[in-house]
Amino acid sequence: MTSKQTILQAIKKSLPPEVPLPDLQGLGVCYENPEAQFAEILKAVGGSFFRVKDIEALNRELKNLKFYQNARKIVSLLPGVGEPTVDLESVEDPHHLEDVEVAILKGEFAVAENGAVWVTDRGLRHRAIYFITQHLILVVEAHQLVHNMHQAYERLAFINPGYGAFISGPSKTADIEQALVIGAHGPRSCTVFLVG
Amino acid sequence: MDHSTRAAQFIRNEARVHWHDQALWYVRVKRDKMAQSVPEWENLREIAAQIKAHTMSRLPDYLEMFEENATRLGAKVHWAVDAREHNETVYQILKNHGVQRVVKSKSMLTEECHLNPFLEARGIEVVDTDLGERIVQLAQEPPSHIVLPAIHKKKEEIGELFHRYLHTEKGASDPTYLTESARGHLREKFLKADAGITGVNFAIAETGGLVICTNEGNADMGTSLPPLHIACMGFEKLIPRARDLGVFLRLLARSATGQPITTYSAHFHGPRPGGELHIVIVDNGRSQILQKPEFRRTLSCIRCGACMNTCPVYRRSGGHSYDSVVPGPIGSILSPAQDPQRYYSLPFASSLCGSCTDVCPVKIDLHHQLLAWRKELVLQGLIPFSKRLTMKVVGWVFQNTWAYEGTGRLVRWIVPKLPRSVLYNRWNVWGKQRELPPFPKESFREMYRKRKVQGSEARNRK
Repeated sequence: MTSKQTILQAIKKSLPPEVPLPDLQGLGVCYENPEAQFAEILKAVGGSFFRVKDIEALNRELKNLKFYQNARKIVSLLPGVGEPTVDLESVEDPHHLEDVEVAILKGEFAVAENGAVWVTDRGLRHRAIYFITQHLILVVEAHQLVHNMHQAYERLAFINPGYGAFISGPSKTADIEQALVIGAHGPRSCTVFLVG
Repeated sequence: MDHSTRAAQFIRNEARVHWHDQALWYVRVKRDKMAQSVPEWENLREIAAQIKAHTMSRLPDYLEMFEENATRLGAKVHWAVDAREHNETVYQILKNHGVQRVVKSKSMLTEECHLNPFLEARGIEVVDTDLGERIVQLAQEPPSHIVLPAIHKKKEEIGELFHRYLHTEKGASDPTYLTESARGHLREKFLKADAGITGVNFAIAETGGLVICTNEGNADMGTSLPPLHIACMGFEKLIPRARDLGVFLRLLARSATGQPITTYSAHFHGPRPGGELHIVIVDNGRSQILQKPEFRRTLSCIRCGACMNTCPVYRRSGGHSYDSVVPGPIGSILSPAQDPQRYYSLPFASSLCGSCTDVCPVKIDLHHQLLAWRKELVLQGLIPFSKRLTMKVVGWVFQNTWAYEGTGRLVRWIVPKLPRSVLYNRWNVWGKQRELPPFPKESFREMYRKRKVQGSEARNRK
């Protein structure tokens, strides 16, 4: 007997009585001003929030960011946003992204409830870029803001192989005496631009 | 060694106990704030409990569905009956790929299976990448908490460790400085690793995907650089549908650390292009728990640690006093299920106050199960003789009115006359950390009788 059969047989030996799967309809909080809610939570978890009208305004704000001014290695996957110096497509090995300082990437949608942005590796050569960059900038279209996590999962279908993540703020830890420190392994900052 | 003996070592340092207590209470308060900010919190808990109960009732179907879907996405699924098979499986995969260095993100399952020493004995370097886990790994200690592995360590002690191993400045204890040093050290490990091992927070039957939640992003760093990812999961991590995550992700981080969501909630569906994803599904005693109707609900646990943060015994006795991979209230139920002889004292490491049950995001009736375990352990004959004898005598006294009254009278008369040395000796375990209350002259029963007589006399006079 294989281990799989052994395990399944052991489980089947005394299965609990059938319990119906609950309905998730009607769950979730909706906010009067989801944008304000998103901004507030994102700031509370250590991120920065900008609301801009268009790409032009975004570029203006970008130039004011201190870490951007000093950055030399910049990745941008959004046409017309920032001044990229590294072409992600031409990097063979994700290990070579080690010294990227700023990555400007697209967020598919944002969640007001918890300040999270959904990102994926679709059309992205190295998903390591989300974590290895020193500073992460996520750009989300303003109309792609949902209220809560239940609405978020209504948008998601996981049919093909791929990676996706909710990112809410910069990499952080509080493992030393509960003192919150921003910038554990991943990005030291997370800036979200809501555009449109 | 039982829990109270190990706890006695921890409470010798009173200031430290207080500090430990406060640190965990601080997390509990953050959790309360978050729970109160969600108006439908109680409803969410109920639904989460139902989803888990449903999954358990159809577990074989969901496990096969998960395997089928995960395989379709390109992952390789392995099954392991016990810790040994789990470790062998992981080792074989690493060996087949010629792996020398592994980075691992937090996984209580690999702790439970003692994977690190197993791999290290076979010449593989394993680096725990969660900062708290790295700290206890350097200190050659097990984690003392499932979410906050180094909660028992002072920053000065961590500074000392880092000075020795990461060459930080001597005497430095600033958390920001120490974290920055660890960042540099661990980034180097990430860049040199040949494989990443992770735990699993949720496995989705419907899609064949895995969800892993961290605040540091270490699971993502460790799986996006090396081409090989091995994910180890107990079979109870399964949930039916992706949309069920809406419920669990709302509960998990709020309950664990008082955050609205973990910084990174990563969804892995299949290996990344050119890479490999192996998933090891482990039983290791879980099917035994499933067969016990009164205890099977413990398999719903999502490992948030809220029951530890709120437990008055855990907070004051420290995680290591449980001598178990999962400490605190939930560990006190899971551990005796796996090895009742070794962990017989854990269900007694509880005040049965019920606070753990109140905070549990999946509504496990923890304090009821702790009580049920006490009975079970008595039936199995695993309770020490002294405790059994006491219970027998006390039980007999409580059953006989005359014995109860007589004992009370005797004790009220004799105790105030006894010298301290007779009262507070090693047989009076109760009096170890506390004073006996002042003994009243009369029992409640005597006072009641007297007043009844006085009352009827007064009525008669009217």
